[in-house]
Amino acid sequence: MNEFWLILGMFVITFGIRFVMFAFAGKITFPIWMQQSLKFVPPAVLTAIIVPAVVMPFGEMDFSFSNVYLLAAIISVIISLVTKSLLKTIFFGMLVFLLLKFLIA
Amino acid sequence: MVKYGPYSIRLLKESAINHQQLKKAEMKAGCKAAIPLIIGAIPFGILFGTLAPTSGLSVWATMAMSLIVFAGSAQFIVLALIAVQAPLEIILLTTFVVNLRHLLYATALVPRVSHLPFALRTLLAFGLTDETFANMSQRYQPGSPLGDDHQFAHFFYLGSMFSFYITWSSATAIGLVLGNIIPDMTSWGLEFAMSVTFIGMVIPYLNTKAMFSAMFCAAIASLYFAYLPNKLGLIISALIGVAAGLSVVHFQKMSINQGEQA
Repeated sequence: MNEFWLILGMFVITFGIRFVMFAFAGKITFPIWMQQSLKFVPPAVLTAIIVPAVVMPFGEMDFSFSNVYLLAAIISVIISLVTKSLLKTIFFGMLVFLLLKFLIA
Repeated sequence: MVKYGPYSIRLLKESAINHQQLKKAEMKAGCKAAIPLIIGAIPFGILFGTLAPTSGLSVWATMAMSLIVFAGSAQFIVLALIAVQAPLEIILLTTFVVNLRHLLYATALVPRVSHLPFALRTLLAFGLTDETFANMSQRYQPGSPLGDDHQFAHFFYLGSMFSFYITWSSATAIGLVLGNIIPDMTSWGLEFAMSVTFIGMVIPYLNTKAMFSAMFCAAIASLYFAYLPNKLGLIISALIGVAAGLSVVHFQKMSINQGEQA
């Protein structure tokens, strides 16, 4: 991976999105369906990253109890629902993962 | 020149001083408003700096990403993609999709910045993060402590974005150092740290039927398309999720309309 192009590309894309409306200062508007769809983007992308990462941590689908990634992820979902706190979810989720890994693996 | 007597010159000077004070007050308030969000972001900056090298990113690129790209959640997602050796095009496409929400922020702020000079708008656009947008929304609320005169509100913006920028970059640097001190974090299964971070970010979204459908469909699709080359499945699944969410919104509207007619 060429890191120069990675950084340059990410900069151009990120800045471009933030800048285009400011640059043309109100001369562009978006259709409503597009504005509505934008709010679904971050959760959809994140979900599409998380699910394969924990269901197939080593490249093959693994729905068994020996898949600590999947187990810890399910428990983390519950932790997040209960605590409603991002930092607590990360802390306790990680703790559960390391414990399970130690117990099962 | 002759028109201005000594008194009006004094008035002009006083109002200039007054403007200076107002700008300072806005800037200070912007920094202050950013503090709670900064406290929340510091652990993530550190986590980013710690995880980046284990995902295969060099030290300079890690720092450059925080300093030049300056987009928290996109930076994490890109790390996850680099770790699975996704190609550059997919990474950039994902960056685009993930950052599209900033279009909404910018659209909302356009009426507030359109009178400012082009160079200043350029700078403000660079700092348009989730956090600064949240700060600005507070500032423009009627009855804000700084008053409903927004003549110098862009100084509030500058205060918020600079304090956030400095913290995010410093936290990244601290993370890089920490990751260097604690050896071999990959063997701990730290790649799960990324998954659990994303879980914590995504679950709070689960508050409407539309959002649930979007995430559920994205989850199923991501497994169905998991074996597509180049991580293309990610983009396809995200689009399917968005389409599912939009459809639910659409059907809900239709049934509400029918209910009204009946």
